[in-house]
This record gives sequence, structure tokens and C-alpha cells, in this order.
Amino acid sequence: MANTRNGRPSQVFRNLNSKVASIPMVLTASVVFVGGTIWTVVHSFTNSKLLPRLNFVGLDQYERLWNSNKWLISIENLFIYGVLTLIFSLVIGFVLAALLDQKIRFEDTFRTIFLYPFALSFIVTGLVWQWILNPDFGIQAVVRGLGWTSFNFDPLYNQDIVIYGILIAGLWQGTGLVMCLMLAGLRGIDEDIWKATRVDGIPMWKTYLFIVIPMMRPVFVTTLVIIASGIVRVYDLVVAQTSGGPGIASEVPAKYVYDAMFLSQNLGQGFAASTMMLVTVLIVIVPWAYLEFGRRRHRG
Amino acid sequence: MADQATISAAGLGAARTSASEAWGPRPRRALSRRNIIIYGTLTVVALYYLLPLYVMIVTSLKGMPEIRMGNIFSPPMEITFEPWVKAWATACTGLNCEGLSRGFWNSVRITIPSVVISILIASVNGYALANWRFRGADIFFTILIVGAFIPYQVMIYPIVIILREMGLYGSLTGLVLVHTVFGMPILTLLFRNYFASVPEELFKAARVDGAGFWAIYFKIMLPMSLPIFVVAVILQITGIWNDFLFGVVYTKPDVYPMTVQLNNIVNSVQGVKEYNVNMAATLLTGLVPLIVYFISGKLFVRGIAAGAVKG
Repeated sequence: MANTRNGRPSQVFRNLNSKVASIPMVLTASVVFVGGTIWTVVHSFTNSKLLPRLNFVGLDQYERLWNSNKWLISIENLFIYGVLTLIFSLVIGFVLAALLDQKIRFEDTFRTIFLYPFALSFIVTGLVWQWILNPDFGIQAVVRGLGWTSFNFDPLYNQDIVIYGILIAGLWQGTGLVMCLMLAGLRGIDEDIWKATRVDGIPMWKTYLFIVIPMMRPVFVTTLVIIASGIVRVYDLVVAQTSGGPGIASEVPAKYVYDAMFLSQNLGQGFAASTMMLVTVLIVIVPWAYLEFGRRRHRG
Repeated sequence: MADQATISAAGLGAARTSASEAWGPRPRRALSRRNIIIYGTLTVVALYYLLPLYVMIVTSLKGMPEIRMGNIFSPPMEITFEPWVKAWATACTGLNCEGLSRGFWNSVRITIPSVVISILIASVNGYALANWRFRGADIFFTILIVGAFIPYQVMIYPIVIILREMGLYGSLTGLVLVHTVFGMPILTLLFRNYFASVPEELFKAARVDGAGFWAIYFKIMLPMSLPIFVVAVILQITGIWNDFLFGVVYTKPDVYPMTVQLNNIVNSVQGVKEYNVNMAATLLTGLVPLIVYFISGKLFVRGIAAGAVKG
């Protein structure tokens, strides 16, 4: 659709409406996204406390950040939660999608069931699982009531495994989305591929593993990026399910930032921590954006 | 709830079957080993996914004595709607005991203007990007899309300052503005891609007939693109209703959205825990997006797929 640009190069007034319509986008992109990010990064090198000040102290905030036990636990939790979420949601999501793709009956019913948690907020998700995992009334109590009295399953009250309790809730909420994306990818695979492999007598699992999955590479990459950027943001789920507890065992970076900025009036720490989050995301996003947009520009 | 899902899903299923002509030549025996494995796995997983919803419903219908004695999976012996009434009308957050109703109406007052404004702006913007490109537009669009992946935490505080300067910090209007800004990347992308797929001849013909920017938008694009508007509405209603972070950062306690108030009610440390009231409150908060989800069916899927895959 390059017609308008090519045909009439310098008619400012014809495109004035278009420019006016784009003002919100231009403001959002430049002021909030670029401006806000630069502002935060710059202020992460200051000793801002209650109010943002431009009193530069070099890397002090980062030093303090990486010496903070709470931050280290946050990073460790994010890492465990992130890696396991990626693995499990991709595997479960793909298997469910592959099962739904077998031309089965009630496909829509199953899909509706698998996806409905995605419509719910993390707060609702966290609170439900807080209740189900409640050791006095939930799964632990029920299993003990069945006679297995030594049964122990109280992730939300055990520092060592609390992050897995959050993982259970996070997977319940998010796997449906992955399944949907995978299903869309599977539907994009040419029917002839299946016919060809059947003629050649290649077992189904081999077809999936060596033919279909490599073909779905773009879908996997996109899904990966979406899950990953969601993981870095994980906040509401932890607030609702454990409030970071027991102690500080289930803290996550996003919560560290919020607490520093709005609870302990330590803005500099908040800015430094959020800048670290940004760096984490950039490590994931930049290669992807380069491939995606770079390639597109070549084609276009 | 499940019935509703089945009905709408069955309807959609019928449409799908008739639409796709390739039903496959595979011989189908009803009880083959393959079918048992597939349906068995899917059913078990489906039950697992439904479990929390079931637990929420049964817990919210029990009295506290029954909860203390029984297990969370058993259906209520005596159904009571007391917890629902209490959650809606008298549950306490701190000193305030107006129940979740206040949060509900706050969320309504946040969601409706946010959805309308964000979609209006993004649709016109997407239309401009698809059909009326100007020099530099693509740069800002790329920033917008890449910016969607920046963690919100990075931009939270600068926005606090901007809103404070505008005198909107702590108000509903400020929060509406924030939702409009953060909804922009995904919505603009959605509309741009949709409008770009509209045949170019249509646009050219209208230009030849002398129609301008707004005339083409309102008379041609808008009427043609109702489905994508519905998709955008679904996406925004669920997204904004479910928001917690922006609500807690940019509003004050008396205008807290429902999710924030719900969290305060359930996780408040004072008083005896009333799990039935908590679950009723949780269900009440989840009800709006759930209803939107079950009614919208395939459009919901299309919304997330359009946003995700075409990116």
C-alpha cells in the first residue's frame, strides 16, 4: 500500500488527517515508551529516595541491588519459574494442540475448557490456587482424610517449594493460550505432508518431532517471545497467591520494583531493578525483533 | 456455565465441520485404542482445568462450619447464598465495609471509557498506517510494537509524574489514559493488519469519487470491519477488567478497581478468614471476563491469535 506515498510526494495537507490521527501513537511511542524508558534508566544512576533527583552516584544502586538478598531470591525465583513455565507450557500446549488436531469430536468443547482460565485475571487465579493448596482444607487435607496421614503437600507454606506452587497456578492459567497458538500453527501445516508421511509409513510421533515441529519454527519463536515477556512481568499472581511469602521466599523482580518505589520510598532501587528487568527482556527481544522486522523489510 | 460452553461450542463445531470438506479418509472405529488414549487424556486434562472453577463454586455455596469440617471437593450439603450476598454488599477492606460492589462499579467506570477510547484511537491510527502512510509513520509504529515488550515497571514511575503534572494522578481519568496508552500497541497492530487486508481497489475507488480520510473511514472501513471491532472489544474488556498493576499504582483506595479490592478483601490479615465469602468474591470478579469469554467463543480465540501470531 505504498500508493499514496509514491504518487504524491509532498502534499502535506492531504496527509494531515493521517498525521493528526497518528498523534496518540507518536506521543505514546516517543514520550511514554522511549522517553519513559530513558528517564528510568537515567534515574537508576541517582540516589533518588522519596522523590526522583538527578544526583548521580554511578553504579551504587546496582551494587546495592545485587547485594540485596531479596533481589537475589527474586532473580532465582524468576529463573526457576521462567524456565519451567517455558518448558511445561510449550510441551503441554503442543501435546494438547496435537491431540485436538486429530479430527476429534467435541474439539471446541475441549478447547473452550482449556482456554477459559486465560480469560481470568492472575488475581483470581492466585486466590483460587491459594485456596486449593491451603494445607488445612485443600489437597493436603483431602488426601490425609483418605487415610494417607503422612501426606505432605503445602507448597505455599514451604519456603523451598513455594515457587512451584505459583508455577502450578501460572501453568493452569497460561497453557491454554499456548495450546491455541500451537493449534493455529498445526492448522497451517499442509495436509499433503500428513498424506506423504502416511504413505511412507513414518510413525506419527516421528512426523511431529522431525517434520511438523521444525516447520512450525516461526510459531514456536513467537510463542516463546510472548511467554517470555509475560514471565518477566509476573507480579499479580505472586501478590495474590503468597504476597511474596513465606518470608521473602516467593519474591519476584516486578514485585521488588513495586515495593521499592511505592512502599519503601526507595526510588533509586526501583529504577535500578526495573532497568535490570529491561535488560533481561532486551536479551530475549532484540534477536527476535531483528529477525522479524529485518526480514520483513527485506521482503517489503 | 459448562452447559453454556457446550452449547456454543457445539454450534461452532457444526459450522466448522460443514465448512471444512476434508474429513479425512482414516477409518474410524468408535472404541479404537487410539481414540481411548486421545479422549481419555483430553478428558482427564479437562477435568483438571475445570477443578478450580468447581472448587470456587462449591466453596462459595457452603457455610463456614461445613467448610471447616468437610473437604473442598465435596458438594455443599446445604446450599447457602449468604457468602455471595456478603461478598457483594458487606465484605470489609480495612475500615470500609461496602463489599465488592464498589470495586465492581469502579471497574465498570474504568473499563467502559477505556475500551471505547482505546479502540477509537487505535482503529483510526491503524487505518492511517494501513492506507494513508506518511514519512516516519513506520518508525513510530515499530517503536510502539517493540515498546509493548518493555516491562511495565520501567515506565510506571515516569507515568506517575506525567499524570501528576496533568493533575490526573489517583483519578479514574488517569487510569483510563494509562489503559489507552498500553492498549495501543496490540490494538493498532490488530487494526492495521485488518485494514491492510481490505482490497486496495475499494480504497482507490473511494478516492476517485472524492472521499477523504474521514469519509472513507466512516463510510467504508468502519462498516466493513465490525468483526475486528468485536475482537478488539473482547480483548480490551478482559484485559482491562483483569488489570491489577495499573489499578493499584494509579488509583486511590476509594476508586480501586475490582481486582485490587478483591485482593485486599481476601488477603486482609484482620479478622477470621471466611473462605466461602472469599471464593464468592473471587467468582464475582471472574464472572465478567468469563461471561465475555463464553459468549464470544471463537472470536476470543481469534483475538488472541490475531494479536499473537501475526505480530
